[in-house]
Amino acid sequence: MKYAYFPGCSLMESAKEYDFSTKVVMELLDGKLRDIPDWGCCGATAVESVSRELALSLAARNLAIAEKALPGIDVLAPCSACYLNLRRVQEELPKDRELMQSVNKILSVEDLVYSGSVSVRHLLDVLENDIGYERLGAHVQRDLSNLTVAPYTGCQVLRPYRVFDDPERPQVLAKILKTMGVNVHPWGHSSRCCGASLLANHRAVGLEAVRSILEAAQGADCIVTVCPMCQMNLELYQGTLGLRIPVLYLPQLMGIAYGFSSDFMRLDENLSIPSTFLESMTPGIHAENFNNRPEGR
Amino acid sequence: MHASTETLSIREAPALAKVREMVMGCMQCGTCSASCPNAFAMDYTPRQLWRLLLLGQEQEVLGSKTIYLCSSCYTCTVRCPRGLPLTEAMHALKRLAWERLPQTRSRAAFYQAFVEHIRIYGRVQESALMARYFAKSRDPRLPLSFTAAGLRLLRKGKLHVPDASHKGMLKRVVDAAMPKEGRT
Ligand code: SF4
Ligand code: SF4
Repeated sequence: MKYAYFPGCSLMESAKEYDFSTKVVMELLDGKLRDIPDWGCCGATAVESVSRELALSLAARNLAIAEKALPGIDVLAPCSACYLNLRRVQEELPKDRELMQSVNKILSVEDLVYSGSVSVRHLLDVLENDIGYERLGAHVQRDLSNLTVAPYTGCQVLRPYRVFDDPERPQVLAKILKTMGVNVHPWGHSSRCCGASLLANHRAVGLEAVRSILEAAQGADCIVTVCPMCQMNLELYQGTLGLRIPVLYLPQLMGIAYGFSSDFMRLDENLSIPSTFLESMTPGIHAENFNNRPEGR
Repeated sequence: MHASTETLSIREAPALAKVREMVMGCMQCGTCSASCPNAFAMDYTPRQLWRLLLLGQEQEVLGSKTIYLCSSCYTCTVRCPRGLPLTEAMHALKRLAWERLPQTRSRAAFYQAFVEHIRIYGRVQESALMARYFAKSRDPRLPLSFTAAGLRLLRKGKLHVPDASHKGMLKRVVDAAMPKEGRT
């Protein structure tokens, strides 16, 4: 299985551990990632508030490059915001000829054409539907049955397009986690917005979103997510809110389950992980040992 | 280039009409407001906003804090029983507020900083983006409010000197998509 890989800007900066762990896990699962050459910003959530045409063109530019340089394979985008922006192009442009034409007119300044042939996939979709639970489970090496994990899917990977999971009651992340052998924390916050875009403009309101998620996650040993925005938001303000819980990327936890060390999976690059949690990542240590400790570093 | 805030200019009328059309089917059931995680902080709930828009109260709508408190979570969009593209309407209203209510522009500082930033760097360079945002907001308290978070990121080596290797990569596309004036 080959994919045209779109890491997105965050995975090159504050979420390098997500990029790295995705590559490690995909390689182990025989997924070959090919970088889309000269990919650029997808527009994030901000550009649509300035210009819809620009937002669509930025995303379409990356798909047009993928179609040209890596024809016939799906695009894989681990970041939920990137995924939504790229997916929106796939969903909206082919059914609106006028929009398609105006975007392609903009792309013509780079001699690029978006034809609508490429399919955009999120990491969760690829893991569930291309790799499958059987193969996901076959690689598990370490017993993580002492660990209880809150699966946090976030919003933009599920909404507004219903592609591979329920937009309000997502199941896929929890199913993958169970396949890794961990317990799943029962909660209703898996698809609740973390307020990401508000933390730059309206801090107090964004913090309420973060607080409600961190509170609901109490009792779990960690939160696992698939979005660099969610991960950063949920970790960065834990001190301010007085609520502590490690927040890992899904492939980091998968790597641990697959027997890699926490060092190798770069758990020390996350902001919220106490050293007690890292030490616990050897078989046989109980989850209570690292629960509810103050910040360990 | 800015229309009076009292009347619609010929150029802006179709854009506003388009947003009105998006919410025309609203039956005021309140599902969107009840679903919105940020409604508690809004001056008008989403349902009220659509009502005002349909009643022609553009001033109220474009001047409201509501449109900036939408975090683009799409919960209202997937739940609206009429299937209306509500999150998209929020984005369209932000764009219109920028055009029609210059006095509210500081609220859009982050979005504007973002576009200027990627026009230069091609990819988001997080530290440089925040610096640009702070400069644009002209609010001296803003950088301070990020100090604690910034220090944590710094300690983890997550703040970088901007990587200039993709400089200018998106300039042509940004300039082709947006007339100079729209970029400020
Ligand atoms: S959910 Fe839809 S129909 Fe109901 S009030 Fe909101 S916009 Fe109107
Ligand atoms: S998309 Fe915006 S308006 Fe709709 S529920 Fe989410 S935050 Fe509220």
